[in-house]
Amino acid sequence: MIEVKDLKKGFGGKPVINGVSAVFENGKCNLIIGSSGSGKTVLMKCLVGLFEPDSGEISYSGQNFTAMNEEERKILRRQIGMLFQGSALFDSMTVEQNIMFPLDMFTNDSFATKLKRVNEVLERVNMKDVNKKFPAEISGGMKKRVGIGRAIVLNPKYLFCDEPNSGLDPLTSILIDKLIKEITLEYNITTVVNTHDMNSVMETGDHIIYMYQGLKEWEGSNKEIIFSKNKKLNDFIFASEFLQDAKDMRMLEMRGKIDNDRNMDELLK
Amino acid sequence: MNIFTELGRFLLMITGMFSKPENMKMYWKEFMHQCVEIGIRSLGIVVIISVFMGAVSALQTAYQLVSPLIPLSTIAQIVRDTVILEFSPTLVCIVLAGVVGSKIAGELGNMRVSEQIDALEIMGINTRTYLVLPKILAALLTIPMLVIISAVLGIVGGKLAAVATGIVSASQFDKGLFQYFKPYNVFFALAKSYTFAFIISSISSFYGYYVNGGALEIGRASTKSVVVSCVLILLADYVLSAILL
Repeated sequence: MIEVKDLKKGFGGKPVINGVSAVFENGKCNLIIGSSGSGKTVLMKCLVGLFEPDSGEISYSGQNFTAMNEEERKILRRQIGMLFQGSALFDSMTVEQNIMFPLDMFTNDSFATKLKRVNEVLERVNMKDVNKKFPAEISGGMKKRVGIGRAIVLNPKYLFCDEPNSGLDPLTSILIDKLIKEITLEYNITTVVNTHDMNSVMETGDHIIYMYQGLKEWEGSNKEIIFSKNKKLNDFIFASEFLQDAKDMRMLEMRGKIDNDRNMDELLK
Repeated sequence: MNIFTELGRFLLMITGMFSKPENMKMYWKEFMHQCVEIGIRSLGIVVIISVFMGAVSALQTAYQLVSPLIPLSTIAQIVRDTVILEFSPTLVCIVLAGVVGSKIAGELGNMRVSEQIDALEIMGINTRTYLVLPKILAALLTIPMLVIISAVLGIVGGKLAAVATGIVSASQFDKGLFQYFKPYNVFFALAKSYTFAFIISSISSFYGYYVNGGALEIGRASTKSVVVSCVLILLADYVLSAILL
């Protein structure tokens, strides 16, 4: 579990995150959503320690991350995996070497053991026969999957994904979302995803935080988001006419069910 | 960003390099990789420059020595001393500032922009120790070696040109080569090459490591690293000459 308390971060005197508090639970896909410039990337970078917050507290399973020194952070970071927007694979290494890199750095296992683990991970992210390919030789979706593979190779407790669907076609996006969700449940890890993708929000958002101008504007689940009365959130989520129509139709359909069942709580389950 | 901010960030980068490696084997591998990248891959250009530098130096010295009172073997002495004292350490390092410096700045800049450095940081790796330190150590090991090779090849090039054009005989050249030789000159050349190696590797690492932006900024960082390295090499050359000679 990751706990954030009254986190503040600014650049050049301008606040970007202005007192955000949140709890990201184990075994859940925690989504941070918001328009560009809302502070969600800065929030994620503060969470993983790439940015130092101005004030506030970040705790990983009760351990105060903000108060840790560099050596203590290094140890904790071995429990963190991260998928970057551009995958951030090492260009000069093959897929196999990319995934093996954390094992090379942090374990003393034999090459055969490490290779076995790499192949297990590659199989888990549905990749085969790509061991010897370089990142430049594989597609964007495959890069993301290799990125996920590298992030989970050391069995992390926490997984961070920065816009995992950016630059991907809708079908590949769904596959990546599914993979992230499956891995979260399978390994019972705390996953934090930073996304713009509305399909991801609806499909994987066990817990969603909507950021607006550096503040947490709304918090809930994918089941609650559709009923939200928050105008800013609705303007963001259902930005297009098509999505607004889809929401209205869904609401009508649900209202029918509510009228029949008279049980809103049942529906939300 | 003013010069003091840049200097402060540079010093922070240098001091931040010295931390305990997470896995010595991986750091050694990276160091050897950098030795190949900086040393072996620069060998070709160093060989070409050195041979021609020595050859041109011999021909131009002969052209200027018009007095019959000066023995022809002096040409070899002048070629030897100019090559050891100035041409090999300074000229070769200025060329290496372009070849190696832009490569280091470009590589680190690309890693920064494509978030590869962030990925390493999140894994719990000190990126200054893993990425910058091996480059500086590899430069400190290989660049003085390249300078020594360059000095030898420069003298060989000078001899070849002088003998081939009939300015001096091989025996006259060899005689001049060993006359009034000061081993201190080699020490001076090595002192310069160590200083220049540090300048080239650290300055280019600094500009690459702190790139902010995209492809355009990587190009700018590469250019800036070469320009700043060259200016600092010339400045250090003057200072070292004033102090050590």
